Amino acid sequence: MELKTIKKGWNRNEMAQKVALDIPDGVYVNLGIGMPELVADYVPAGREVIYHTENGLLGMGPAPEVGKEDPELINAGKKSITSIKGACFFHHADSFTMIRGRHIDICVLGALQVSQTGDLANWSTGEPGAVPSVGGAMDLVAGVKTIFVITQHTTKEGKSKIVESCTYPLTGKAVVNCIYTNLAIIDVKPDGLFVREMAPGICFDDLQKVTEARLNRYEY
Amino acid sequence: MINKIVKSAADAVADIFDGAIIMIGGFGNAGTPIELIHALIDQGAKDLTVVSNNTGSGQVGLAALIAHKRVRKMICSFPRTANSTVFPDLYTKGEIELELVPQGTLAERIRAGGAGIPAFYTPTSVNTPLAEGKEKRTFDGLTCVMEYGIKADFSLVKCEAADRYGNLVYNKTARNFGPVMCTAADVTIVQTRKIVELGEIDPECVVTPGIFVKRLVEIPKPADEAKLVAEDRRYPWS
Repeated sequence: MELKTIKKGWNRNEMAQKVALDIPDGVYVNLGIGMPELVADYVPAGREVIYHTENGLLGMGPAPEVGKEDPELINAGKKSITSIKGACFFHHADSFTMIRGRHIDICVLGALQVSQTGDLANWSTGEPGAVPSVGGAMDLVAGVKTIFVITQHTTKEGKSKIVESCTYPLTGKAVVNCIYTNLAIIDVKPDGLFVREMAPGICFDDLQKVTEARLNRYEY
Repeated sequence: MINKIVKSAADAVADIFDGAIIMIGGFGNAGTPIELIHALIDQGAKDLTVVSNNTGSGQVGLAALIAHKRVRKMICSFPRTANSTVFPDLYTKGEIELELVPQGTLAERIRAGGAGIPAFYTPTSVNTPLAEGKEKRTFDGLTCVMEYGIKADFSLVKCEAADRYGNLVYNKTARNFGPVMCTAADVTIVQTRKIVELGEIDPECVVTPGIFVKRLVEIPKPADEAKLVAEDRRYPWS
């Protein structure tokens, strides 16, 4: 099979939907900047999930209507948001007490690379001249109980983002629990990467072909 | 009588000296004390070390302070944001120093500084380039790095309402670093949207107790930084 045909799989919204299905009722969740933000749109009916944004809000609601933006009500990506009923504001040290003190249940992050042992690189390509910016990523992977990664399976150039070992500077070592890509859902287990689900039209052998890291199948 | 109110932003920042360490509140455009920063540009202090989550945007506020070459070193977590070009340009030319700190470690280092805690251990950044050269210790199998508390000569913070004792309340996510920065400086200078009578702020709802605040200046209509950036404004205003 050609790379072109396999490249598609799920679209961004479908990927976000897959992540949302794995977020149980009643948990506190932090969503990273970019694609992770989409996850909030797909909470299954009957579940109540509270979103934490590290700049100081527990109970983040959807984006406001155009014209109703408040410059002093933004999320970690500096976008205008709303707050839900029952929300609360707090300062940065309290916000990171929630993160670093292991009070947040799940965090969904983007990735440059994920390794087969769950190492994550998502803050710097390490290129000379680049301005390194880390934000809260290292605190999140060190402090949040469960880390989900949502990412395209390959780079724009077709290189696997799921690798044997990360070549970019790490955000954290052995921190990722599950990877959601456009092609598959992959669990990170102590004995390797296990494919839990594949996008329609994708088979295991094709998936392995576009994945640098070794993949395993669950034995049923 | 205790009265921390001063009459202008210029008076509030008049004694900031060359070489000072200054904490500046704000996350993105929310909560940045832009009028105090502009007064500091007018005042002229240089060779500053600035502790702030970002590096400002456009050509106003912190970005303008940096553009005027008043800042020797930035201590921050996210220097590269959508509308920030001043810092990245100087940084790639090697004309400004950067100490990159994970956001939670930054908040905690400021809290520690304010609480008289010289250093602490955290697992954040272990196994990454940001842990290189730092002292490490293992607690119950968890490897941690030692991080130092940060103290400042001055903090510049924005809030929503204050009384003359310096009790403060903030507005939504503009609170961010304000409360911890208030605790960690010798001189904390606050711009407030309004000054209220003693007792008007419910004691149960005070966010920053007045003991942490030295000076207050009322700025009833603070500029919206995002708007200034969108209009491509520059400080000093031309």
